[in-house]
Amino acid sequence: MAKLMTEQRFASPDDVYQLLIDSHRDLTPDQSTRLNAKLILLLANHIGDPEVLAEALRVARQGVE
Amino acid sequence: MHATFSYPKYSFIPSEEQRSGTVRRHPVVVIGAGPVGLTAALDFARKGVPVVVLDAEDTVSVGSRAVCYAKRALEVWDRLGVARRMVDKGVVWKIGKVFNGDRMVYQFDLLPEPDHKLPAFINLQQYYLEDFLVTEALKSDLIDLRWLSRVVSARQEADHVALQVETPGGIHTVEAEWVVACDGAKSSVRRMLGLEFQGEVFKDRFLIADVVMTADFPAERWFWFDPPFHRKQSALLHMQPDNVWRLDFQLGWDADPEEEKKPERVIPRVQAMLGADTPFELEWVSVYTFQCRRLERFRHGRILFAGDSAHQVSPFGARGANSGVPDADNLVWKLALVLDGKAPEKLLDSYSDERVAAAKENILNSTRSTDFITPKSEMSRVFRDAVLELAVDQPFARSLVNSGRLSTPTTYADSPLNTPDGDAFAGRMVPGAPATDAPVERDDRSGWLTEALDGRFTVLYAAASDEMGGPVPAKVAEALDTLAAGPLPLAWHAVTERRRGIAGELVDSAGRLRERYDLTPGSVYLIRPDQHIAARWRRFDAAALSAALNRAIGRRATGR
Ligand SMILES: Cc1cc2nc3c(=O)[nH]c(=O)nc-3n(C[C@H](O)[C@H](O)[C@H](O)COP(=O)(O)OP(=O)(O)OC[C@H]3O[C@@H](n4cnc5c(N)ncnc54)[C@H](O)[C@@H]3O)c2cc1C
Repeated sequence: MAKLMTEQRFASPDDVYQLLIDSHRDLTPDQSTRLNAKLILLLANHIGDPEVLAEALRVARQGVE
Repeated sequence: MHATFSYPKYSFIPSEEQRSGTVRRHPVVVIGAGPVGLTAALDFARKGVPVVVLDAEDTVSVGSRAVCYAKRALEVWDRLGVARRMVDKGVVWKIGKVFNGDRMVYQFDLLPEPDHKLPAFINLQQYYLEDFLVTEALKSDLIDLRWLSRVVSARQEADHVALQVETPGGIHTVEAEWVVACDGAKSSVRRMLGLEFQGEVFKDRFLIADVVMTADFPAERWFWFDPPFHRKQSALLHMQPDNVWRLDFQLGWDADPEEEKKPERVIPRVQAMLGADTPFELEWVSVYTFQCRRLERFRHGRILFAGDSAHQVSPFGARGANSGVPDADNLVWKLALVLDGKAPEKLLDSYSDERVAAAKENILNSTRSTDFITPKSEMSRVFRDAVLELAVDQPFARSLVNSGRLSTPTTYADSPLNTPDGDAFAGRMVPGAPATDAPVERDDRSGWLTEALDGRFTVLYAAASDEMGGPVPAKVAEALDTLAAGPLPLAWHAVTERRRGIAGELVDSAGRLRERYDLTPGSVYLIRPDQHIAARWRRFDAAALSAALNRAIGRRATGR
């Protein structure tokens, strides 16, 4: 069973963070929501494994409610 | 309305028992002469079981209801001798297209495989379907169809059910050893038994319009999300016989159903879809809300629920009648064996187990489609729209577009009637699966495997090699002949590559049967009366076969 990788994997973390933030520049909250949804679908497909996705969703939901 | 169809009017003929005031006990009473009740009645008659069918009305289904019938239901009707008329009258199709705005985002082909007797789908108005079924039922001496006969109460006794039936001639009692309740989604029998019908109602409304027009749209299912002619809602266009087209417009929960049915509201919507210069006439208009619900169990003592009375789905996916017909297919052989004293009553519990599993599958599919078409939350709508946006350029997203996953038959993977595989086989014909069709020649005539699976148990024996003792070794033939002469209805066929002169042989000259069933010389399949696979082996073993047969009729497997 594949596992969700949560150890640090970025060569340059600050660049990655900036990439995410910049991609939303000049977007309304609605447009940002749309972008995020498309991004999640693209990445989910890239991951492919539903168990990894389910684990990521579980971790992401922690502390939200 | 209805310019293209005139409804038959069946007359009420008081039964002998009602006229003479005697109470008769029948082996089986079917309540409801819809698609499911009529299918069950035809199947009982095929098996030699006399059946009384009670229906509250005196005609076929009125207005716009089912349109699409899938290959599996057609195979059941073919076994009962009625599919030909349906296919001849119906519109055959297999391609579906999904549009977002004015761009096509997804296309599917429902029968990618050649060489099946019946098409993937036909479209046919439900009233024609029922008309054909009634015509066939009227030919049988074993089917006693009683119109304007409404069941108003049902009481279960130890060895029968007592029904009160209201007719133009008054109320009288009819007794039945077994009752099959096919009285539809609003089942009164369900209510009489106080059974819960649990599930969800979808907060949306749909305008269904059947229009008559001559148009050059292809015989395909076209579904739009957010089309230019009906912004922010979905729409569907589908061809039916007689130049009738099924149009479906999503309206949203706040729409007023009475207002939306008025021609002055409907006509502009239709014009917007078809183009202002396409002449058409309205045949029928209704506004629906859809739900997905089911009974927890389909057997309640001597009353068995089948069709919409047992489970209800939204029409996206055409899983209503298409799953009710397999209910009848699954139930009738079991009940016939029980009535004959050849199988234990608990075989009927497997009807509930297998068809509840099917209903769960259908409800899951139908709910997912409905959630895609009518997102339940803001975020669910965001994801839905994101899928549609991505689907234009990203092939992966097209597989997520869900405008209805069309009805496919259920594999009874976990059924206790299956004998689990001991030998390795490739392909889809696992125990519990519906037997897939293949072309074969029989007695020098070309035909189909499904024609050989005629409502009895069937054993297929793949001709063995010469080293194994000739196509059908004498001991194998003897064992199979003994089984065929035994108490259970059973036939066997050798599957050969070329004609070998064996009685009943199925000549598989195209090799499709061997390919689809992964047959090697000496392979054996045991297939149930409803054409589902019960067991299979690489080598013939008479004891294993008879154990599997026992297991398939709900008796404890012996010798294992
Ligand atoms: C808009 C729409 C589109 C659909 N499209 C499709 C589709 O494309 N494909 C598909 O497979 N399904 C479709 N369906 C579903 C399909 O119509 C039903 O699943 C099907 O009619 C169920 O058949 P049934 O025999 O179980 O019940 P019904 O057809 O409802 O028949 C029940 C019968 O029982 C009788 N009855 C009721 N109460 C009593 C009583 N107390 N005593 C005696 N008789 C009684 C009624 O008169 C009726 O004849 C659609 C449904 C709708 C509404």
